[in-house]
Amino acid sequence: MEVLTGRIIYAGKATGRVLASDKPIGFFGHVDPETGIIKDKEHPLLGESISGRVLVFPHAKGSTVGSYILYSLRKKNTAPAAIIIGECELIVAVGAIIAEIPTIDQIDISQLQTDDYVEIDGDTIRRA
Amino acid sequence: MHLSAIEKSLLEGETGTAAKKAMEILVALGKIFHAQDMVEVSSAQIAGVSYQNIGDPGIEFLTHWVELDAAVRIPAFMNPAGIDRNQWKQMGFSESFAVKQLEIISLLQKMGIAPTLSCTPYHLGHTPTIHEHVAWSESSAVSYANSVLGARTNREGGPSALAAAITGRTPRFGLHLQENRRATHRIDVKCKLTHASEFGLIGYLVGKAVGNGIPYFCTLTLPEGEIDRTSALKTLGAAMAASGAVALYHVHDFTPELLEAPDAVISSDLPVVAIDSIEQAIASLRQQGTQLDLVALGCPHSSIEQIREIAEFIGDRTCKAKLWITTSAAVRTIAASSGLIDQLNHAGVNVIADTCMVVAPLQSLDIKYVGVDSAKAACYLPSHQGMTTYWGTTEQCIESAIEGQWKF
Repeated sequence: MEVLTGRIIYAGKATGRVLASDKPIGFFGHVDPETGIIKDKEHPLLGESISGRVLVFPHAKGSTVGSYILYSLRKKNTAPAAIIIGECELIVAVGAIIAEIPTIDQIDISQLQTDDYVEIDGDTIRRA
Repeated sequence: MHLSAIEKSLLEGETGTAAKKAMEILVALGKIFHAQDMVEVSSAQIAGVSYQNIGDPGIEFLTHWVELDAAVRIPAFMNPAGIDRNQWKQMGFSESFAVKQLEIISLLQKMGIAPTLSCTPYHLGHTPTIHEHVAWSESSAVSYANSVLGARTNREGGPSALAAAITGRTPRFGLHLQENRRATHRIDVKCKLTHASEFGLIGYLVGKAVGNGIPYFCTLTLPEGEIDRTSALKTLGAAMAASGAVALYHVHDFTPELLEAPDAVISSDLPVVAIDSIEQAIASLRQQGTQLDLVALGCPHSSIEQIREIAEFIGDRTCKAKLWITTSAAVRTIAASSGLIDQLNHAGVNVIADTCMVVAPLQSLDIKYVGVDSAKAACYLPSHQGMTTYWGTTEQCIESAIEGQWKF
């Protein structure tokens, strides 16, 4: 079993299938706050749902209202199971803490591919 | 990150879940920005108030904090909202928008945040002094606090300002640290300015030139009178934060930090930006046309002195086009008690509180052509609100409102 270690932004345990993007994600206006489906027409993950997935991406982009979107998704049970991010910034940090989404940053995200099945515990990611 | 005993107890939830969450946010920010410890702040200005900006997800977010019994432990006050709480109906804003906006204000009030709804808290008694740390959010207020008052603040977002208000702390990074307050550019203003509003044009040009740098104005001659000087500094800082991301500037022979210890903020080898003329700024900020739906003054929010000067300039004339002066409810109350509001209403002027031309949903009022004396407003209205916008001096704006068409 392969192990990756990063820095904890919000500590927690989660398991799930990876949804990975090498492009930044904007939450406000680009992710449907009801369903968690990515609706950014320019984005490679257009049409995919982040709900229940281990979302892997380099960093967030766009409006700081993105933090509120993450909380909104949690309330509707459509939030990601966990977030693994190259370099965390304000938008994701605030959203993850309020929405209680386990989040780790400072990870070489090229190590993770869509549909990898991973287990997250604190600062550690294990690939099954 | 080093945390004090109190900070640790907040983080461990000994004073409740809201304070714990707030501390978690601040610790995460501290990590991201490599802060060594926290700094105590004496006040917080809360962003993320306008429903136009935060929408329903924002309401859910604030409701969550209220459900956690969040309460502020330092003076905290609100940024402008999308409507005037008292006049929204007469002004034609929709009830559906107003209900949501009033809900946001009410949620923030439940946490103990004062509904100042203003970008000029320094006109409302919140005047931190030199070296005092605060957590403010509105970009022009941040600039004013750092530069004119010599206080120390980063530009906070909604959740980080709220977390600072709940804990009385913010991570020590950015402009809270002395070494990050040094000038990055020397600005040589070579043209003569005759109106306070023209300082906004200088700000527009400098913001474009320095981006998120820290300009040092080595040759700027500020207006003599106190009222004009404050107007000039407000509009200068506001414009630099709109065309660029300037949160701090120094002015030769004037700003307190520079007066106190020039060597701490100025180096001799700074790149020089020369401003020879304001014409280029006027060309960028004054669109073509004469059609005029609205003249909007009060960006940043007007002081009582500015409102009095506008009333005096209008005299017994009447406006053909709508003329708004935007300010805080507190200043509006003072203006009303001295008879100024009646006088202005008589001249066809509406003094509007709680909001402004930049954050109110103007499109819903069928407004398309707007005259402004603020370079910041002229910067944002075309892009954010889709308005045809004309910049003019305060006097040119008022003359145009009286004529009912843009004259310059």
